[in-house]
Amino acid sequence: MNTRSHYDVAIIGAGMSGLAAGIRLAHFGKKVCIFERHNAVGGLNSFYSLDGRKFDVGLHALTNFVRPGVKGTPLTKLLRQLRIDRDEFGLCEQKQSRVAFGPAGETSLRFTNDFAVFESEVARQFPTQIDGFRRLVERIKTYDDVSLEIAPISARTVVRSFLDDPLLEDMLFCPVMYYGSAQEHDMEFGQFVIMFKALFLEGFARPLEGVRVILRVLLEKYRQAGGERRMKCGVRKIIARAGRADVLVLDTGEEIQATHVISSIGAPETERLVGVPPAGTELEAGRLTFVETISILNQQPAALGWGSDTIVFFNDSSRFDYACPAAPVDLRSGVICIPNNFDYGPNRSLPEGIFRVTCLARYDRWAPLPDDVYHNEKSRWYADVQRSARRFLPALSDGALASATVATDMFTPRTITKFTGHIGGAIYGAPVKHRQGRTPLENLYLCGTDQGFLGIIGAMLSGISMANYHILQKG
Amino acid sequence: MTKEDCKQVVLDIIADIAPDEDLKNVKAEIRLRDQLQLDSMDFLDIVMELRKRHGIEVPEADYQQLASLDSCAEYLTPKFDALAAKS
Repeated sequence: MNTRSHYDVAIIGAGMSGLAAGIRLAHFGKKVCIFERHNAVGGLNSFYSLDGRKFDVGLHALTNFVRPGVKGTPLTKLLRQLRIDRDEFGLCEQKQSRVAFGPAGETSLRFTNDFAVFESEVARQFPTQIDGFRRLVERIKTYDDVSLEIAPISARTVVRSFLDDPLLEDMLFCPVMYYGSAQEHDMEFGQFVIMFKALFLEGFARPLEGVRVILRVLLEKYRQAGGERRMKCGVRKIIARAGRADVLVLDTGEEIQATHVISSIGAPETERLVGVPPAGTELEAGRLTFVETISILNQQPAALGWGSDTIVFFNDSSRFDYACPAAPVDLRSGVICIPNNFDYGPNRSLPEGIFRVTCLARYDRWAPLPDDVYHNEKSRWYADVQRSARRFLPALSDGALASATVATDMFTPRTITKFTGHIGGAIYGAPVKHRQGRTPLENLYLCGTDQGFLGIIGAMLSGISMANYHILQKG
Repeated sequence: MTKEDCKQVVLDIIADIAPDEDLKNVKAEIRLRDQLQLDSMDFLDIVMELRKRHGIEVPEADYQQLASLDSCAEYLTPKFDALAAKS
């Protein structure tokens, strides 16, 4: 007798992509259940509370922002597909961001949600490159970046065919890589195009209350559409039979079946659910992971002279090296985020100041540490990361920052693996993406990080695209 | 169902899936794609909403019949009538 629950679609992981796929499928009458190992939704873009304070993880800024009336971009497609009114997200635009290179940020390119600002900065700082830059931008605008079947080409090679100043090249790659590349040193040109548009041609915004607003909207849509979810209940194992995902074994030991299974947890992570692949044939996991320091300040950063920059991408060296470092943390480059510096409108601001810094890190220098050593290392690197980043902001004395700081937190590659299950803390997943979301099992598909649409808007579009392509279009 | 009713059904669906489009002056004889910003994802949604709300099936080979409001009415009205006759 078969007493297993049966769903039309089982979704593994309640991150942005899994929730978006779930909304589509439930809206069109599929019986859907999302299985999430943790007690919070959001996956790589989530939030938590510590000592009564709410912290965001992942989201610095929502990329792909366009103003009302601009159509045909990822944000608009996403809102339509999920039947979300853009006011529900309450997006507030960035003030300005910068790419700052050199030991103290001597070369700096400002950008805002108006692309003309960035273009004029490039023209001013790199007069010999501006013609090539404009041709590159035309190439980016006309490139079919959402095609599910396109041959991979090197972004470095394409960009070098338009620009011959390595400084400008690195300054373009730094933000684009930090906000989404799972590949070291280079990226696939389609991925570069997606991120370039998301950051520069579109822009940054954020709801006042951060990522939780977006998650709240998604959860409410999913609930209204009749979707089910099981929290604190991951999928432990996928039992394959005759080339299909036949049974899902849950963390509770319970078994369920589904006609279709969508996994948002990553390609190598999904492969491991199916079984241990023969040595040497397993999918390669990503190596790129990060630490992030978070400082809570008892005043608005503007009061400390840090009122203009929303995001600063920095690098102090002659070349920008986007790779897994040998040391626990690579202090040479990173990203500063000051969430207070979005334009929330008159009389609206975050209650406290927030100063976040993200740097590249190495998983195996953090994962095996005994707890006491781990905590000491965190304190030590926290100080070093902050010191490194402050070189790229207006000068502020150690004492002034210390006396303004009321709380701190830090996540490491180990934290990422603990809360997301990503092997090696690889935030952006594996270097090889699976555009069509296919796996060796015919009814098991990937969405999210390893399908390869990037950023949080990309993650949601990934869930939407895979639900449409593999399930809804087939009736 | 009249052809005008049928056009309204399609317009109501478009209003829900693309609330950012202005539908006041949509011309029935002109392709929807030429006057509104609708992509293939949106057309898939028109088809799926027809099924969900009205039980009307549009096979993929017939998607082109939905190009304009006039062609929608020509193609869908008999389907609505056939469905009404059955119930």
